[in-house]
Amino acid sequence: MTALLEDVKEKDKYKRLHDVIDAYKDKPGALIPVMNEAQEIFGYLPFEVQKEISEGLNVPLTKVYGIATFYSRFTLHPAGKYRIGVCLGTACYVKGSSLILDKIKEKLGIDVNETTPDGKFSIDSTRCLGCCGLAPVMMINNDVYGKLSPDDVDKILEKYK
Amino acid sequence: MPFYRSHVLICGGTGCTSNNSDAVAEKFKEELKKHGLEEEIQIVRTGCFGLCELGPVVIVYPEGVFYNKIKPEYVPDLVEEHLLKGRIVKKYVYGETIEEGGKFLPLEETKFFKNQLRIALRNCGVINPEDIEEYIAMDGYKALGKVLTEMTPQDVIDIVKKSGLRGRGGAGFPTGLKWQFTHDAKGTQKYVVCNADEGDPGAFMDRSILEGDPHSVIEAMAIAAYAVGANYGYIYVRAEYPMAVKRLTIAIGQARQYGLLGKNIFGSGFDFDVEIRLGAGAFVCGEETALMNSVMGLRGEPRPRPPFPANSGVWDSPTLLNNVETYANIPPIILNGPEWFSSIGTEKSKGTKVFALGGKINNTGLVEIPMGTTLREIIYDIGGGIPNGKEFKAVQTGGPSGGCITRENLDTPIDYDSLINIGTIMGSGGMIVMDEDNCMVDIAKFFLEFTVDESCGKCPPCRIGMKRMLEILNKITSGNGEEEDIERLEELGNFIKSAALCGLGQTAPNPVLSTLKYFRDEYEAHIKDKKCPAGVCQALIQYYVDSEKCHGCARPLCVKNCPTGAISGVPKSPYSINQEICTKCGACMESCPFNAIYKK
Repeated sequence: MTALLEDVKEKDKYKRLHDVIDAYKDKPGALIPVMNEAQEIFGYLPFEVQKEISEGLNVPLTKVYGIATFYSRFTLHPAGKYRIGVCLGTACYVKGSSLILDKIKEKLGIDVNETTPDGKFSIDSTRCLGCCGLAPVMMINNDVYGKLSPDDVDKILEKYK
Repeated sequence: MPFYRSHVLICGGTGCTSNNSDAVAEKFKEELKKHGLEEEIQIVRTGCFGLCELGPVVIVYPEGVFYNKIKPEYVPDLVEEHLLKGRIVKKYVYGETIEEGGKFLPLEETKFFKNQLRIALRNCGVINPEDIEEYIAMDGYKALGKVLTEMTPQDVIDIVKKSGLRGRGGAGFPTGLKWQFTHDAKGTQKYVVCNADEGDPGAFMDRSILEGDPHSVIEAMAIAAYAVGANYGYIYVRAEYPMAVKRLTIAIGQARQYGLLGKNIFGSGFDFDVEIRLGAGAFVCGEETALMNSVMGLRGEPRPRPPFPANSGVWDSPTLLNNVETYANIPPIILNGPEWFSSIGTEKSKGTKVFALGGKINNTGLVEIPMGTTLREIIYDIGGGIPNGKEFKAVQTGGPSGGCITRENLDTPIDYDSLINIGTIMGSGGMIVMDEDNCMVDIAKFFLEFTVDESCGKCPPCRIGMKRMLEILNKITSGNGEEEDIERLEELGNFIKSAALCGLGQTAPNPVLSTLKYFRDEYEAHIKDKKCPAGVCQALIQYYVDSEKCHGCARPLCVKNCPTGAISGVPKSPYSINQEICTKCGACMESCPFNAIYKK
């Protein structure tokens, strides 16, 4: 039953992808907007999705892959259920955000751009979230945690376990 | 139109939203309803107000009372006391606005605001950015109307030239000249582009303008398009700024609905429309040729100039590219005249500049000051000085492309040219304050890690040279530096500056060269004495127990928390740390209740 449900969900995602491709098809410079939307839909850009985009927009697959690896926002691997983004912008850095990042890495046993084996957490290092007043800052999905100290990390991660 | 006796302005900028200002606004709505005040008092969700440190910020007019750090649970009290009974709730009011004797100072007269002059930020924190009528009420689209009905394109360009406005993205190129070049370029199809790819970590003024006053950018782009002969525009904005994208999208929709974008605007026969293009996270896309490649759906790699975008830009057509803050200055210049604008600022830098104050400073946030204001005024008057009584060390401006300003240069008037003279740049306006606890070698390394990461890889000086510089810095901070390393850094840095293809590479060595100039002694301490004076570089510090302060606890937290068992001793006498086993994690220092552990 769950397998069937997954299958339906997956098909629905591809349908949405094709709608996006159709909408952008004849616009000049459509590749990046389409890839942005594809990443919204799938959460990442697996090879199959890149291939669909390449065929749908009639651009070489190498070009799609080139763009997917050039821009830091695109990812080829699925992210965790909870995406932790520790801001490493200048304001946060001078206030010690690298210590926060170290603590999280140690706690979860993974590095930046990796996902825990249970698929629950992944870590991104982010450049400036634009709320320097709260430095040092981290985000877990859409929740912002500011004015952190390494001691706060345990308590915050506990909420998501 | 309903008449409200009071307005409650609640900041909806990114800083305050992260601090839960949405819940505060909801609570206000709920409480106003409870007291039946919703017809009398209007809640306005504004853009960023500037004092992010004090968020969430709530301002109540007509009194102009500035409440700060408001939590949802304070709201019932505020509504009942202030809005119902008319009594200001002092305990939530920002301290700077209360004079001795309990008198209230209007917000505009506090130190934070008194020295500011808000032109680009004129509407931020004042109007609801999601309502075009509020923008129109603040003279919005009046400049566009004037331009389209009373002026020729050349008139407009002349005004911008005469105003002395220079590009606010960092390089400071005269805006009027850029407009003239694009105007003069041959081509039937031209474009205007807005650079909102604010990549400099620590700068967020463009974001605040887009979130707080998106129409000012749209209006200015339409004016620019008329002046240079374009009829289509692209706003290239970072996908990391979802709120800015949302408000821009709303603003563009409303402008179309009001006939301020589209065909035959103001019945003048002039057509103009804009489209948003999302950046996908590449710092180099702030460089103009890279940005245009990205707009066209390519990898954001720069190309050599000439041809300049004014002649060959997006889709090989003449293209005008300006930064968000530059555009935001245009409507007031048209309305108030170039003489008004050029009367502000210094001889060669006119008008104002927005800075994002961050790092070790009391009032973090956005400030807009006339050019020529000194750094001392910014840091000590507007910024409120350094927290925790620490010593000021330096200010970093211009982000990864800039350099440091030290105490000796605190009285330099801030403008494009004087900043270049002291070895840094205006940049997009990030201003990060550092105190005695920051290691300048570590800061230089931080910026280099950033540029190495963001280098697009097209030209070897940047791709290989910056990597080598970073390796040398890593060597120094890990205690393996050699005396020749300083010379190597200088030689390599100057070489990269002259040989790299684009602005990113040409400026990337600046953080190193500038810290070498002003903080050479710190580099030397790392290399010769193998010491980090600020106690930041892990490999060069050691932890010690202060035997005077150590209580010799019976159940010592330091021993318990040490992951390697490096701390030993017997209760009632001071413990000691075995440097051979210590991994310098600092867990002992954090856990000691008596602050008896220090690092050196």
